[in-house]
Amino acid sequence: MEEIVNLFHGFAVAIQPFNLMVMVVGIMLGVIIGVLPGLGGANGVAILLPLTFSMSPTSAIIMLSCIYWGALFGGAITSVLFNIPGEPWSVATTFDGHPMAQQGRAGEALTAAFTSSFVGALFAVIMITLVAPLVAKFALQFGPAEKFGVYFLAFCSFIGMSKEPPFKTVAAMMIGFALAAVGLDSITGQLRLTFGYTELLTGFDFLIAVIGLFGIGEILVSIEEGLTFKGGGAGINPKVVFQTWAQLPRYWMTSLRSCVIGCWMGISPAGATPASFMSYGIAKRVSKNGDRFGHGEIEGVVAPETAAHAAGTAALLPMLSLGVPGSPTAAVLLGGLLIWGLQPGPLLFVEQKEFVWGLIASMYLGNVVGLIVVLTCVPLFAAILRIPFSIIAPIILVLCAIGAYTVHNSTFDVVLMLVFGVVGYLLKKCGYPLAPMVLAIVLGDKAEEAFRQSLLASQGGLGIFFSNGLVSTIMGLGLVALFWPLISNVLTRLRPRAAL
Amino acid sequence: MTDESHGLRGGGPTQRSVEIGVAVAMAVFSLIVIAGSVQVGIGWGAEGPQAGFVPFYVGLLILGSSVVNLGAVLSEPSDKRIFAEWGQLGKVMSILVPTSIYVALIPWIGIYVASVILIAVFMRWLGRYNWSLVAAISLGVPLAVFLIFERWFFLPLPKGPIEEFLGF
Repeated sequence: MEEIVNLFHGFAVAIQPFNLMVMVVGIMLGVIIGVLPGLGGANGVAILLPLTFSMSPTSAIIMLSCIYWGALFGGAITSVLFNIPGEPWSVATTFDGHPMAQQGRAGEALTAAFTSSFVGALFAVIMITLVAPLVAKFALQFGPAEKFGVYFLAFCSFIGMSKEPPFKTVAAMMIGFALAAVGLDSITGQLRLTFGYTELLTGFDFLIAVIGLFGIGEILVSIEEGLTFKGGGAGINPKVVFQTWAQLPRYWMTSLRSCVIGCWMGISPAGATPASFMSYGIAKRVSKNGDRFGHGEIEGVVAPETAAHAAGTAALLPMLSLGVPGSPTAAVLLGGLLIWGLQPGPLLFVEQKEFVWGLIASMYLGNVVGLIVVLTCVPLFAAILRIPFSIIAPIILVLCAIGAYTVHNSTFDVVLMLVFGVVGYLLKKCGYPLAPMVLAIVLGDKAEEAFRQSLLASQGGLGIFFSNGLVSTIMGLGLVALFWPLISNVLTRLRPRAAL
Repeated sequence: MTDESHGLRGGGPTQRSVEIGVAVAMAVFSLIVIAGSVQVGIGWGAEGPQAGFVPFYVGLLILGSSVVNLGAVLSEPSDKRIFAEWGQLGKVMSILVPTSIYVALIPWIGIYVASVILIAVFMRWLGRYNWSLVAAISLGVPLAVFLIFERWFFLPLPKGPIEEFLGF
């Protein structure tokens, strides 16, 4: 009951005129970021983070989270109209969304995509409302060993769930940890890995890494692939919207399943991209029309979009309640909390009620606003996409440079951003995942602190990570996640024998 | 995507050679991390594990996984799959070189003038737009940035001699 009261307080915060305005601006910016190549949720939020320094933390998080919702919505527009996924999690949407557009059913596909996104997000927000306070209350009892266990679980799931070869994920992730370690060591107060360079005293800021890896790297990949936007016009009129809405309830089962997949994948840091693929794959296998998937089946749009948006939203649950972000964008939001002087983690629910519940309430409102904005403004956003690359690319580069500079008012950071950009381009082309690297840069210090405090308590014995039921369970789950590919291999091999 | 679209035409560095390069670079990076960790101590001190303790093992993990990745590339039969055609890499350089010059110029002439030059160069050189459109966008974007950042949000951006001359 207490949660309901808190939620209503949150709504009172979220519907203040300034916050509503911030919400609409955030959604609009987010959709633009989502449709433009080279700008995604994570680096879009990172670039715009400095603009929130002068706002109250609640307005700031509402603006940034709405940029995130906008980016999630925006990815679908490019996938359907241009067959170019604006975001990695919209790749699966192109499979059926673009064929629909080619058959002249773009309006139907977009309506289905937006509505599914909305349903997925709503499901995830309700889940966050109900579950996050419980998780936070539970996590308040965590000691350093349990905290480390949670980080361990998060990073192991990355390795086990990743589509990339596991050792590429490990390499990328550990480079992130190494970069996080550079600078002042918070426990001993010693400088490390700076090799005498004063620029490295403060270490590598992950916002710079995000802007470089995802922003500059993405532009380099786009230019190499020679992107041109050729696609049909986008007409959405109210008639198409209502006709599509009338069809959608038929796919309630696909929708529900995708919501569950999305929430599950979003909480474990596997993220929105695998969630959308998995949801599409299962829908294809289960559906009566499975063989028509890939030729413009509306169910093939519903499944990935619902899962992607549910996962994207659910990624905020561990960020809010445990201080462990479930996606790179959630990591950037977590970085924002630190900059505004809030300590992410379970204490937020005790000490910053207005902030937490204002954010949760804004998720409900933001997604309603988002749905209305995207349904009404599709032609506008499609027009932005037709701005030639030689105009939009330098503008994005300028915005990235400004974003990198404003993090610490340092021109050295702009140079670092460019270096990260080249590194991001090479890693991406060689199949190294970037998300674990970014999360490791964000969480490296905290994970290390928890690890060293645990070891200090146990006088160096690793047994502390298996010293009680709770921490053993978390660590055990981590190990299962880490070796999941091997375990599932063994299971599938055992199954036919069991059937014999 | 890469397999079909990067046909054998045009030539270019092979995917294999780039992957080997990346794995070796990672191994070198790991050695730097390990060396830096050893400098500050990797053992047990008064406050528990010393500052270099965790980075040392992180460095070892990078070294180990890059060796595995290198082994995986080397053990595959050598194929002709290319990383990108020279023409495509030329396009990448056509963005990277002006951006590097832009980044290098920012501390000297400020971000505004550098941005005007960057946008103008891109539009004129890559897009071949007429000068009036080039001028409108290359001056308009930095002006908008100035209004949004310095006037509305009070975030100072780096400025150079021209802004100083104008009294900012």
